[in-house]
This record gives sequence, structure tokens and C-alpha cells, in this order.
Amino acid sequence: MPERMFTLLIWGAALLVTGALLWLLADTVLQGVAHLSWAFIVDAPEHAGRDGGIGPILVSTLCILGVALLVSLPLGLGAAIWLAEFSRQGGFLGQIIRLSLDVLAGVPSIVYGLFGNAFFSLFLGFGFSILSGGLTLACMIIPVFIRSCEAGLSAIDHGWRHGALALGMSRSTAVWYILLPAAAPAIIAGLMLGIGRATAETAALIFTSGYVDRMPESWMDSGRALAVHIYDLSMNVTGGNAAAYASALVLVTLIVLLNVLAQAMTDRWVKRRIFSA
Amino acid sequence: MIWSKPSSLLLLPRNIDRLWQPLLAGMAVLCAVLLLLIVAFLLKEAIPALHDGGWRSFFNDQSWYPLENMFGLLPMLWASLAIVSLALLLAAPLGLANALFVRFYAPSFLVTPYRLMLALLAGMPSVVYGLWGLTVIVPIIAAYHQPGTSVLAASLVLALMILPTVALTCLAALEAVPSSLHAGAAALGMSKQGLLLGVIVPAARYGIGAGMVLATARALGETMVVLMVAGNVVQTPHSIFDPVRALTANIALEMGYATDLHRAGLFTSGLILTLLVLVLAWFAARTMHKYQYA
Repeated sequence: MPERMFTLLIWGAALLVTGALLWLLADTVLQGVAHLSWAFIVDAPEHAGRDGGIGPILVSTLCILGVALLVSLPLGLGAAIWLAEFSRQGGFLGQIIRLSLDVLAGVPSIVYGLFGNAFFSLFLGFGFSILSGGLTLACMIIPVFIRSCEAGLSAIDHGWRHGALALGMSRSTAVWYILLPAAAPAIIAGLMLGIGRATAETAALIFTSGYVDRMPESWMDSGRALAVHIYDLSMNVTGGNAAAYASALVLVTLIVLLNVLAQAMTDRWVKRRIFSA
Repeated sequence: MIWSKPSSLLLLPRNIDRLWQPLLAGMAVLCAVLLLLIVAFLLKEAIPALHDGGWRSFFNDQSWYPLENMFGLLPMLWASLAIVSLALLLAAPLGLANALFVRFYAPSFLVTPYRLMLALLAGMPSVVYGLWGLTVIVPIIAAYHQPGTSVLAASLVLALMILPTVALTCLAALEAVPSSLHAGAAALGMSKQGLLLGVIVPAARYGIGAGMVLATARALGETMVVLMVAGNVVQTPHSIFDPVRALTANIALEMGYATDLHRAGLFTSGLILTLLVLVLAWFAARTMHKYQYA
């Protein structure tokens, strides 16, 4: 194959993919903006979502995400710190835990939905609720989050640990003041991955947090997530496409905004840890 | 100086490791126990359909008629595999070509925006891809061949969905190739094409392979796209224009109202799906491990 042909092929592939992806992006933005308004964001849905807005659905989405992060962040960070800093190198327990996490990360999201339905909704009696949905999502993002944090901690140069040891710091103090701030970029990356997955998830929520599109009054109420709303509008509601595109635009914007927020918050936290004392 | 401000009682410098270590170890064990819980509850719910040799019906029954207690999974299994292999056939070469483009061909002002676009689209919710496929791709296919929702539509949208991930993982693999290889190839006077196809891509093959397997597993477990654009008719696909129902879509469609044996059947299909994904990942990890030391 002549050199010029190969170059042409590579450029062609790039143009093809860019074209298709921009087509998708442009459709989402243009059709979404056409139906979007302030009223759409705050109002309750009417006529199965054809009219009205997505106010209660947005609240449910954020509540489900909140539950998921509240559970998975401390648990995941703790597990990652133990794996990277406290477990013995090549120890049996550490290996078993790492293996289980790798397996968990490969389990399809719909299977997490089945598990959440059987365990949180029925066995623990949470029913179709924001709590069940949030906990199911927490299970889903924990393995990814742990592996990202652990990779960040393991990548830190050993000299930092030796330095902390020489200063007489305990391991826990070294983790809090030195290693966690140093691993912050990996932790944000894991956090963003988790937020992105949890906000985008549909299949695992259909039969854990349910379909109800009223404003949730407690975390035991069923609440419809934005992604589930998009699915319902496009599949089960004729004439729901305009509202579906507007909801899709809100969802994508929400994911981008949450990522920016996570980045900013972690930046502040790192600065405070390093410079305050 | 850090010691001047012990900000909390838990962080007093003496012996706090003894307090934290068991707590953190407990958290780690809890996360790992999750896997046992998931397997246990899937099995518990699936048992009614599995015992007394009931599992044979999943492969022997003609098709999926849950109301008549016929639970043949094979048509949906073939549908899933057809959709995923076609999607991968499209996404794998295009993804690699895109990674090569970003690394070696794109003008420097394009590199950052291009990567940003790929990252943004890798994070797009699958339900948005499904919505777009349903309103844009399906009508186009329907104009040539009714009904439009088909293996082809699902593969196209799925390919587009995994493309950013494939491209980004390939790119990471390409960037990990040591620069001494570039220098050596340049010293030998190799052409750019020879350098890429003969040196760089072979050197990055483990990383590229891992990215492909990751994408396959994700595509196989993907629910929303195949649920929205594949047509959801239970049948073995004979042409790419046939509407089909994938395993994942079946679970999402019927979980809402399934009871008793039907519900157990759905949990069994979930188990089979998980097993399929895990065997795939294990197989890939093993082959790559073997080749690494050859």
C-alpha cells in the first residue's frame, strides 16, 4: 500500500468518526435547545412528560446520585487506602480483594439492577425507592473508584513515605497530610468516572428506584431518574421526542457541570491540606 | 509545620494506626464481600428455574415463551452475539485508526480539542445514544428496509458508542510505547507507514488488545441501546435487517411484571450474561499474560 493511500485512510477514518460524533452532538444540542426553557427545568411533567417539565425528576436524579456518592466515597476511599498503604505486599487478603473488585467492575449494569431489586428492594424491604436506587449505583461505582484511587496512591514515589517516616509521622497521618493530596488527581478522575456512570445509568435504576415522576418526599419514595425519563419518553410515549431531547441535553450538561464541580472542590481541598498548617 | 495543628482527636500522632488499620481493612473486606452477595442473591432468585434439571430448558426449548413456561435463551444469545460482533468489527479498526490519527497525523492545534471530544462522548449516557439511534438511524434504515429497528441499527449505534472508549484506550497504549523504538525506526530510514504498522502497533498490541476486550465486555453488557433500537422481537437473526431482542434488553423489558418461574428465568439469563462477560475477560487476560512472556 503506497504511503499516501495509508495517510488518506487514517484521515478518512478520523473524518468519518468526527462526522458521526458531531452529528450526534449537534442533534442533541439543537433539538434539545429548541424545547428547553426555564419552565421546562422547574415544572412538573404533564401528559406522561409530553408537556410540562422535569423538575421532580431532576430532584430525584440528584437525590439518587447523592445517596450513591455518600455511600461509595468514604467506603471506596477507605478500601483504597487499606489496599495501597496498609495491606502486606502480595498478601493473600489483598489479592483476593483486588480480584473481586476486578470481577465486580466487569459485571454488566443490568445485573446490578437485578441484584439491587432482589437485595435492597425486596430482601431489605426498601421497595422501589431513591435509597434502593442510590445503593445499587453505589455498588456499581465502588470497584471503579477504588481501583482509580489505589492506582493513584501506588504511583506516589516511595521517598515521600520514607520522608514521613523519618519525621516520625504515623502511617495514618502520612496518608492524610501527604499521600492523599498527592494522589488527588487520580482520586478526582475516579470520582468523575463514578459520577458520570451513576448519572448516566438507566438499566440498573428501572427496577430499583422505579418510574414515579412525582416530587419525592423522602428517600423511601420512588423517584424517576432523568435517564429513565428519557428512555420512557422515547419508547413508551408517542410524541415525546422533543421533551426527550431536551432532557438529554439537561442530562449531558449536568454531567459536565458535576465534573467541573468535583474538579474545583478537590482543588480547594488539596490546597487547604498542603498550605493551611 | 504540620504538627503545629492537630486538627482532630482522631489524628493525634500517637498510635492512631492501631485505630485506623482495622477500620480500613473492614471497609476493604466489605467491598469484596459485595461480589459474594451479588452471586448469592442471583443464585437464590434463579434456583427455582435451575433445579431438577430445569437449566436444560434454557438451551433445549425452542424459544422464549414465558407464559407457556418455555425459556429458550438461544435466539436472544445469538442476537446479542451478532450485534456485538458486528459493532466490534466496525469500532475496532476505526478506533485504532483514530488513535493513530491523534498520535501521529493530527496537526498539533487539533490534538487537544479532538481528545476532549472523545472524552466527552465516552461519558455520554448510553440512553442518549439510544435516543439518537431511534430518531435518526432507524428512520434511515427503514427507508431501505422495513422496519428499521434491526441488528444493523443496534450495531451501528453501539459501534459509535464504544468508539471513543476504544480510541482512547488505543491512544494510551500507543503513548506507552518507548520513544527509543521511534528513534530506531527513524535511524533505519523507515517510512511512516512502516514505522506505524511494523513497529509501533505491534509494540502496543497488549494494550490495544486489552482495550478491545474492555469494549467487547461493555458492549455485551450494554442494555439501553439494544433495548431502544434492536426491535425487541425474539428470533434468531438471519439477516442484518431482522429485528431481534438481546439478552440484556429482555431482562429490562420483562422484570417489571415477571413473577415466579418467569422471574427466576430472567435472573438465570442475568447469571449467564455475567458468566459470559467474565469468561471473556479471563480468557483475554490469560492469553495476553502468556504472550507477554513468550
